[in-house]
Amino acid sequence: MITHDDLCAVHSMTETEKYRLLEQIMDDYDHKESNLIQILHMAQAIFGYLSAEVQSFIAEKMDIPNSKVNSVLTFYSFFSTKPKGKYTVSICLGTACYVRGGKDVVNKLKEVLSIDVGETTEDKIFSLQVMRCIGACGLAPAMTINDKVYKQVNPNKLHRILGMLK
Amino acid sequence: MSLVTLTINNKTIQAEEGTTIFEAAKQNNILIPHFCYLENVHQIGSCRICVVEVAGARNLMASCVSEVKEGMVVQTNTAKVRKVRKVLYELILSDHPKNCLGCHRNQNCELQDLGEQIQIDGFRFEGVKSKDVIDSTSPSIVRDSSKCILCRRCITVCNEIQGIGVMNAHHRGFATFIGPSETENLGHSICTNCGQCIVVCPVGALKEKDSTQIVWEALQNPAKTVVVQTAPAVRAALGEKFGYAPGTLVTGKMASSLHELGFNYVFDTNFAADLTIMEEGSEFLNRVNKHFTASEGAVLPMITSCSPGWIKYVEHQYPDHLGHLSSCKSPHMMLGALVKTYFAEKIKVDPKDLFVVSVMPCTAKKFEITRPEMESNGIRDVDAVLTTRELARMIKDAGIDFSQLPDKEFDSPLGLSSGAADIFGTTGGVMEAAIRTVYELITGRELPMESLHVKPLVGLQQIKTADLKIENALEPYSFLNGLTVKVAVTSGLKGASILMEEIRLGKSPYHFIEVMGCPGGCISGGGQPRPVDDMVRRKRLEAIYREDEGKKLRKSHQNEDIATLYREFLGHPLGHLSHELLHTAYVKRDKNRLAPR
Repeated sequence: MITHDDLCAVHSMTETEKYRLLEQIMDDYDHKESNLIQILHMAQAIFGYLSAEVQSFIAEKMDIPNSKVNSVLTFYSFFSTKPKGKYTVSICLGTACYVRGGKDVVNKLKEVLSIDVGETTEDKIFSLQVMRCIGACGLAPAMTINDKVYKQVNPNKLHRILGMLK
Repeated sequence: MSLVTLTINNKTIQAEEGTTIFEAAKQNNILIPHFCYLENVHQIGSCRICVVEVAGARNLMASCVSEVKEGMVVQTNTAKVRKVRKVLYELILSDHPKNCLGCHRNQNCELQDLGEQIQIDGFRFEGVKSKDVIDSTSPSIVRDSSKCILCRRCITVCNEIQGIGVMNAHHRGFATFIGPSETENLGHSICTNCGQCIVVCPVGALKEKDSTQIVWEALQNPAKTVVVQTAPAVRAALGEKFGYAPGTLVTGKMASSLHELGFNYVFDTNFAADLTIMEEGSEFLNRVNKHFTASEGAVLPMITSCSPGWIKYVEHQYPDHLGHLSSCKSPHMMLGALVKTYFAEKIKVDPKDLFVVSVMPCTAKKFEITRPEMESNGIRDVDAVLTTRELARMIKDAGIDFSQLPDKEFDSPLGLSSGAADIFGTTGGVMEAAIRTVYELITGRELPMESLHVKPLVGLQQIKTADLKIENALEPYSFLNGLTVKVAVTSGLKGASILMEEIRLGKSPYHFIEVMGCPGGCISGGGQPRPVDDMVRRKRLEAIYREDEGKKLRKSHQNEDIATLYREFLGHPLGHLSHELLHTAYVKRDKNRLAPR
């Protein structure tokens, strides 16, 4: 069974290899409709986002309508139908982070990156999104960049954090 | 089933275990206002309008999804219930355009009816409107999301009853919209154009693509000779738009109103239904002959091809099994092709100056006439399709007092039909009509069944089957002696998928299958008057059989005008001209258009 860890190699894969991997994943999940969400997770990990082509590839291989796949993935904010930047910056706006100034962090990021929530910078480096509680309330306000968690972020720290990545 | 005793509005009643509060109340003449609920289709409690107060329950309960329990005490109209109901209704309205006078559903809208029922007297909540997308890419169906109230009936009918799944909810909360996926539209999707979503839509969010305008234009154009034809199911439902009870036959008034509207010739699709039986029956015998005698074999079961929603469905879902479909065009396409050749010659009119209108219980027919193959010598077989609802609108618009019209006949030579043609309008009818003729052709004897009905094929069940044993066949068919011909009938595409799966697995025991795309057949097609439930379906079905039994001619091969047509023009069934004008081919379509190959 292919796991998330096996997906590390996807960066060096060709499109054809990526589709082949996705098909293998669907085989592992028996092409069952009840496994659709898990398959979408994997697909997003492989392709970075769920393009119309990827959606209909999944629909065809699982023998369910395009519309059904789209319906499920647009329900969850985790899934994206647009390409993401190299770094996905996610701000927690759960209750604890919200009251400790999460909203100010979002506003500052919008200003610094010149994009709105849900968008990606033109140079495809940064994507911005908000989350509701990541279970790190003690670190509020919390922010993640890809898989790394940043604690007690405030607007003044942002330039330094983002600068280190660039 | 055991009975449960409960009280609703202080009335002690009994209901079967498993009944919902809503249904139990209805059985006892207590009407609970409701909205998303639809008999046999939809009980998901999403609109909450049907909430009731149940003693001991913490919250109000949606009666359409709550089952009755022993000793339950239910109140359906307390101050609390009425207040909540009103607020819920006002909230639905807050995201609705409320431009009723400019909406085709005006005075025929469940949202309006509900407002009247719960005595709304103002709009307290005004705010942002959520969505405003009009999808008019389909030749059959127009979707206007601004009017959608997210009841999800169309989703249920599209997914659960038709088994297609093009209609779904996308995104969530205030951003929710109902339709095909974000990257598709109805015109470019697996939508079969069956229109069942239109039939169940409580508001004006789904409607047929308008054709009344081009028909008015043709009628007013002195250079055009405008010919109209009406499908069998229209006469059993059109009356409902003029206040008649479901199941009232208005054949004569319908013909009359079409003359009044200014159509030059009023023909009957039923004529072409009889013709279909001659062609399709011959095709079936041909296939059977090959199957049992020739070495090359032939594809069986053969499946009827009158229903364009079914055709598009099978092209998308079973593209490798198109050989099972009869090559016959649907009856109205046959009639259109004949009008522009046989009839044009008779009346000495250039086919280019003929405009053929089909009045159909169907929205998929609007798509069907756009299929590239539906033409002869560059001239389209049919120029416009009106649904039963659209015809009613035109009759009203023209100021015709329908109920006062005298009964009139269809015009000759494409207007005469047998009772076998009438039953094309209901599930089981095409098969029964075919059996009446084919049995007689094979054996030389009349079908030995009471009033010529094949009983097991009559009714609203999803799949019906019948066996027909052949004995003492005429000489050319003696190879069939002892054979039990097995037939199956289904209506609604979910049923069709069950029979197609058997075929796909090579396990289909049948020789001949009838499929109609809509549950109940054309009588409850996507172009018929609303509302439709099983009671309405049954009434229309009975009307169709009444029309059949009232005719002297009961079998397609007895239709003298059909005989004349073959003598004067076509030659014989499956002949060269038949192939050119009355038969067609099918195309393989994708299930998911965008998938990389």
